[in-house]
Amino acid sequence: MADTQAGSTFIVRIKRQQRPDEAVRWEEYELRYRPHMNVIQCLRDIAEKPYTREGKESTPVSYDANCLEEVCGACAMLINGEPRQACSALVDNLAKPIRLEPLTKFPLVRDLVVDRDFMFESLKRTKCWIPIDGTYALGEGPRMSPAIQEVGYPLSRCITCGNCLEICPRVNEHSHFVGAAIVSQVRLFNLHPTGAMHAAGRLEALMGPGGIEDCDNAQNCVKICPKGIPLTESLAAVNGQVIVHAIKNWFQGHD
Amino acid sequence: MRHPKIIVVGGGLAGLMATIRVAEHGVRAELFSIVPVKRSHSVCAQGGINAAKNLKGEGDSTWKHFDDTIYGGDFLANQPLVKGMCEAAPAIIDLLDRMGVMFNRTPEGLLDFRRFGGTLYHRTAFAGATTGQQLLYALDEQVRRAESEDKVKKFEGWTFLSAVIDDQGISRGISAMNLKTMEIKTFPADAVIFATGGNGAIFGRSTNSVVCTGSAQSALFQQGVWYANGEFIQVHPTAIPGEDKCRLMSESARGEGGRVWVPKQPGDKRGGKDIPESERFYFLEEWYPKYGNLVPRDVATRAIHKVVFEMKMGLPGEPAVYLDVSHIPADVLDKKLEGILEIYEKFVGVDPRKEPMKVFPAMHYTMGGLWVDNENQATNVPGIYAAGECEYQYHGANRLGANSLVSCIYGGMLAGPAAVRYAHNLEQGVENTPASVFERERVRQQDINDALLNQHQGTENPIAIWREMGDVMTENVTVIRYNANLQKTLVKLDELGDRFRRINLQDRTQWANQTLNFVRELGNMLVLAKVITLGALARNETRGAHYKPEFPNRDDANWLKTTKASFVRGEIKLDFEPVDTSLLPLRERKYTATK
Repeated sequence: MADTQAGSTFIVRIKRQQRPDEAVRWEEYELRYRPHMNVIQCLRDIAEKPYTREGKESTPVSYDANCLEEVCGACAMLINGEPRQACSALVDNLAKPIRLEPLTKFPLVRDLVVDRDFMFESLKRTKCWIPIDGTYALGEGPRMSPAIQEVGYPLSRCITCGNCLEICPRVNEHSHFVGAAIVSQVRLFNLHPTGAMHAAGRLEALMGPGGIEDCDNAQNCVKICPKGIPLTESLAAVNGQVIVHAIKNWFQGHD
Repeated sequence: MRHPKIIVVGGGLAGLMATIRVAEHGVRAELFSIVPVKRSHSVCAQGGINAAKNLKGEGDSTWKHFDDTIYGGDFLANQPLVKGMCEAAPAIIDLLDRMGVMFNRTPEGLLDFRRFGGTLYHRTAFAGATTGQQLLYALDEQVRRAESEDKVKKFEGWTFLSAVIDDQGISRGISAMNLKTMEIKTFPADAVIFATGGNGAIFGRSTNSVVCTGSAQSALFQQGVWYANGEFIQVHPTAIPGEDKCRLMSESARGEGGRVWVPKQPGDKRGGKDIPESERFYFLEEWYPKYGNLVPRDVATRAIHKVVFEMKMGLPGEPAVYLDVSHIPADVLDKKLEGILEIYEKFVGVDPRKEPMKVFPAMHYTMGGLWVDNENQATNVPGIYAAGECEYQYHGANRLGANSLVSCIYGGMLAGPAAVRYAHNLEQGVENTPASVFERERVRQQDINDALLNQHQGTENPIAIWREMGDVMTENVTVIRYNANLQKTLVKLDELGDRFRRINLQDRTQWANQTLNFVRELGNMLVLAKVITLGALARNETRGAHYKPEFPNRDDANWLKTTKASFVRGEIKLDFEPVDTSLLPLRERKYTATK
């Protein structure tokens, strides 16, 4: 891109909010371009010289980040309107000026930091774990075919970034859909030989408000997932499991 | 019966395992972490986890794993704990498998194993090339389950500031800061287990995550906990250089057949894939025929330095060599290495299935850390335990690839029950500690914050000081160490320390103020940087990752000993103690031949 030659500058526009109850303001920063820069480096440059384009002194921007290689899930934000990880958003590939905003479907903390506790609480509610008897030596785990592993492994790469909730029309003020990420985790634990013994509890947690029925099949999630997880397959698979489980319940209830 | 209280600081593999074990012993654990524990740095471990399960008919054994680990660490590790770890490793893999880790499988449905550096056996279990992520998630899930049963309480978004130590020198809990409200509070505990990871941020750009600052270790050191073998820093041979961080390209790439090379003709302008086989210099295979590309990391890193800086045979225009997996079939790559190839593709924009990757060594791991005893992961301060990368046992002078995950989990498994035993045996539990002990620590920490927030005359920028520290540490205290340069580094660190006192916070708000937290970490990093440098200066020999051209040989007569740094009246003091070599006799470490 012509505006990003070595030595040139580019503009980053950032939506700032000191606290959840304070007013929103937009700030613009002019940064020096270097090859291979990502959005994280932009935010570090600002922290080193927190002066806006107009020369006004500001404060370093608050943002979440940790691994910087798109495996921890921390640095999700809206970049040019799209939910994605800031570490893998390379300046070279972004339209300028670059626009940074916090995710909108989670409570704001400050600037680009949001609180994604909802997702971790959902993992708790849906019992996304293998209930082992203890950490003492109980011998080998169950055998597993490579075919099952090849289905499970991609699901287990979910980084809980929240981008799939951000893009989902059914996650909004009126609905508390748990989101594709959590449904996909239920699928993962239900396909594990030990996890399958406890599938019913997970499926029941996905019945009712906020559960799988809230998905209206918009299919945005699968397009946005930074890890390429087959989320719509997971939604369909778990939906099938929930229906079968509901029918079983119905028959058992009418013995 | 009294109910003891135990705190775990750090939610990576070691901290989570310690937490699970504490809960399993019927004691409620409080787990503190800067980030949601699922985002801890263990998530970045890629290649795998070692255990001599001997599922490939090679005659592997836990003794051979032990021998490889001690030899790879150049005989600096205390041997009994390492032996214990290697013996426990197969059961650890089974446990992780039972927890649901999606390890790669053989056609028979058994765990698959691959080769890693410093061994001739297939000993590394793996889940694609994101093994650390998979293991972290498995332990995170178990802790979430314990949390749902009210056996664990998590404090995510809190950063550890200091231990609360009473007048008898016994630890009685911690002080911590809430990263949202910036509130400082103290939390009483009979015992505290630290699992606070590595210190890559001291070197500026490393393969570590943002939270790996070593700040907690440094704070504890300044409160009287010993710090051992700080000078032993592992530089990983193959990372993608970057301005914000260096991204690891796992040793597993070589374990699966990846080859390291440079063009035979220096300055060859052709693209890597256009250079024919006969015009490539596979220097590791040539120099180390037995181990080839799978020599230990310190050996591979020094070889790359030699090729690039001494022989001037690096790739044109940048200090780099090729790491090549493009000859391996794409479906094998996708099943076994997808996670790392995806990183290369996303951050460099080139598909490594088709073109060789450009890599260069980067700071990766600290073998040194908090001093712990040879049995219980206990530090010298009663009530303080440590496990994982933040402590110094297990790896000696150089860590073998895929041994870190097993040492984290093993350390956590020991530390949890040890802390519980200690807490049960205490004559005076924390409930008898006067409130004033906690209040004075809280006030001391609040005063530090207030001083930083109220300093309006400052001129120094924290990011700039951090960058300069990282540059000088990377330049002088990583791969090659000269005493004159180490002296200069100490002078520079003192200068940075002076400038640190004139820091300008730029953000004086009391809500989610990340600058305040970073500045506190930076102050601690400057102290730990000095510990590392002083250790390197003192140790006049070459051993494992510590390489001094002026002293090119291992010197067992003078230096077969652990460096033990302590903080006495504001000064760093070095002592040395003997290494427990009771199980394996010393021998020369030489990877040019079979050992």
